[in-house]
Amino acid sequence: MKLSDLEKALSPAVIAAREEDREILGVYAGDLLSRAMSHVREGDLWITIMNNRNVLAVAGLADAAAVLLAEGVTLLPDALEAARDNGIAVYSTDKTVYEVCSLLAGYGV
Amino acid sequence: MKAMSEPIRFHFDVDGEDFSSAGGASVIVKKKLRQLGLSPEIIRKVSIAMYEGEINMVIHANGGTADISVDDREITIVLADRGPGIPDIGLAMQEGYSTAKENIRTLGFGAGMGLPNMKKYSDEMQIETEIGVGTTVTMKIRL
Repeated sequence: MKLSDLEKALSPAVIAAREEDREILGVYAGDLLSRAMSHVREGDLWITIMNNRNVLAVAGLADAAAVLLAEGVTLLPDALEAARDNGIAVYSTDKTVYEVCSLLAGYGV
Repeated sequence: MKAMSEPIRFHFDVDGEDFSSAGGASVIVKKKLRQLGLSPEIIRKVSIAMYEGEINMVIHANGGTADISVDDREITIVLADRGPGIPDIGLAMQEGYSTAKENIRTLGFGAGMGLPNMKKYSDEMQIETEIGVGTTVTMKIRL
């Protein structure tokens, strides 16, 4: 599944637009940064409800394909700036983490 | 990667006041290592180990310095602070143990995985710490 496919499947709000249409190689869901840091693999979609700037630092270091904010969360202003500066795609959806994971599993991610 | 006669060095002053931009030095180091053409796996190990150390300095020690050197054989990360020191390293190394305060935890830190991740993702780690004086962590990642 590519990011463009995710956009079609979920119709998420685009918080920070993608620079390239990356392949989603896997998914990690979780909010604690140290956990995410060691579990988000390159090319993963990271689903979280954390919305501060540190999320973008971790997403960038782990080379996540994109960040998906669940439960209608959106980025704080300085986090949005960090997303744009580092070219990290960020989406937001009203669905819960579980609902998003179930849906993505249905797509074979 | 091209052979290097002299190690390449990077130095950073890590600001202890600003939690929101914490991790900035790690982000820069990652970019530099990419430019040097190092493998993604090595870059990942350095990124995680250094990020955790950098965050620790911001959360617990009001900042410090980060010195990174890259030579033909290994990457060395030295993180030095003048913080409170670590009273019980054995306890601090336990996964899930954290002394981070509530305001830090709400940012997503304080999982108690900092030092365990640093040990896990480096090939060698040394901690020198003295109560009331500070802590220096040295990590090596072999190429």
